[in-house]
Amino acid sequence: MKKLINAPDAVLADSLKGVAAAHPELTVDHANRIVYRGTPTRAGKVALVSGGGSGHEPLHGGYVGIGMLDAAIAGEIFTSPTPDQIQEATRVADSGAGVLHIVKNYTGDVMNFEMAAELADAETGVTVATVVVDDDVAVEDSTYTAGRRGVGLTVLLEKIAGAAAEEGQDLAAVEAVAKRVNASGRSMGMALTSGTVPAAGRPTFDLPEDSMEIGVGIHGEPGRHRVPLAPAASIARQLVEPVLADLDFTGAPVIAMLNGMGGSPLIELYLMYGEVAALLETAGVTVARTLVGDYITSLDMAGCSLTLLRADDELLRLWDAPVNTPGLRWGV
Amino acid sequence: MTVQIDQLVDWLRRFRALVVQNQALLTELDSAIGDADHGSNMARGMNAVVEKLHGESSETVDALFKGVGMTLVSSVGGASGPLYGTFFLRFGTSTGAVTALDAGGLSAALRAGLGGVVTRGKAEAGDKTMLDAMIPAVDALDSALAAGRDLAAASAEAAAAAAAGRDATEPLVARKGRASYLGDRSAGHVDPGATSTALLFEALAAALAGPAAAAESDSAAEPGPASAPDPTP
Repeated sequence: MKKLINAPDAVLADSLKGVAAAHPELTVDHANRIVYRGTPTRAGKVALVSGGGSGHEPLHGGYVGIGMLDAAIAGEIFTSPTPDQIQEATRVADSGAGVLHIVKNYTGDVMNFEMAAELADAETGVTVATVVVDDDVAVEDSTYTAGRRGVGLTVLLEKIAGAAAEEGQDLAAVEAVAKRVNASGRSMGMALTSGTVPAAGRPTFDLPEDSMEIGVGIHGEPGRHRVPLAPAASIARQLVEPVLADLDFTGAPVIAMLNGMGGSPLIELYLMYGEVAALLETAGVTVARTLVGDYITSLDMAGCSLTLLRADDELLRLWDAPVNTPGLRWGV
Repeated sequence: MTVQIDQLVDWLRRFRALVVQNQALLTELDSAIGDADHGSNMARGMNAVVEKLHGESSETVDALFKGVGMTLVSSVGGASGPLYGTFFLRFGTSTGAVTALDAGGLSAALRAGLGGVVTRGKAEAGDKTMLDAMIPAVDALDSALAAGRDLAAASAEAAAAAAAGRDATEPLVARKGRASYLGDRSAGHVDPGATSTALLFEALAAALAGPAAAAESDSAAEPGPASAPDPTP
């Protein structure tokens, strides 16, 4: 394992020190591992609080700032934060207008946020609404599984719900727009290599040189299928087809994100997006906005994911609204 | 026969010792079908529990187990934190402010803890989760007590049922938790959560096995020379 670290068990704490040093406009609570905006949530504004295991940077701490999150809680690498941390972030971020928890659909995250919401309501009287993101089409959705994972769509949802909160919409309205985004977006990911969790010291799974995993999530867990490595055009098809098969993306402006998993260079991500864009055009899908880059990663895993959101004028307006965070910045 | 609060503390110490001894195994099982953190998360949580036991002693069973539950919830993370945390919180809520449990009280507390895990995890038997060890264990304890066995024998049967339930998870396809994302590829692996739950009942059986075993608790809890003298009955 070759990593830019001091010690495997100090990675998160040391990284948060760097976040604080690089971003004086943010406030970092090192004891509770929470990133806040530098100025408290203004009175009457719904606060957006998200969090999860670390290792997905810039998600979530990199999306704290004007137009997106008010607070992000960092769990250990690939491990959900605990209810007391989440409750603290919820209490501090609330300005009286309530708090929206944005939770990726992983068993641990859902349970810890659920306990935190119960505690927040019982002990501090903060009103909490929750949206659980579950956009990963690699997981067959049925009542007999934990359901689809929350992956790339989380980035788009935090941006759009953040804009709705910033312009003064109330908790019910912000929750509604967040749920509309979740219902209208789908993702599919793949990996060329496994990531390496610092504490484990070796790759989470072995992937031979001539193989790739289709349908990976963002925690280094293996995907649903291991298939022979193929040219980018074929990989693009294996991402686009299941997404388009799951939801009709024609006849509406679409926001597309070609996301890097952390270990693939931008030149490859753009190459992949070129293939994806051609397939979408052939399928009659109109892309109105695009993001290409590392937005929700899985440590040093090589690979990418595709997220499509079926938008409308309102969602596009909220997407285009100003945002000023370490990870997304425009219009300011 | 009643279970004194010291024996319940002994249960927790033994569980910690077993989790620490089996940390690598739990992590290895979790790498196969999860995210390779069950061993380290459970060891961190139970070490925090035992550290807290050193720092403060609880007068009553409910205070003891509510403290254990909150410690796990705030130190484990992942899914195991809320699940084991809820198990001990509900266990404590069930007993009330007593200093000892009779057989019926222990049975009811375990049943309440099990109910908490079901509610929190929304899983059922056969989903390849910790419930596949916990449900047969609690059922076995109740059956043994109903058949007139004492707590030592009943908890030994619970431990055996938990271990059998753990082994029976191997061919199952996971339907809850992170392993469920693997689909059919989750079959052929023993579930890490069921494995740690089997340790929980193995620890309970050891703690209730009688005075001989109770005297060994220090060596079981604290890694070091196992030189506890044989007690004179």
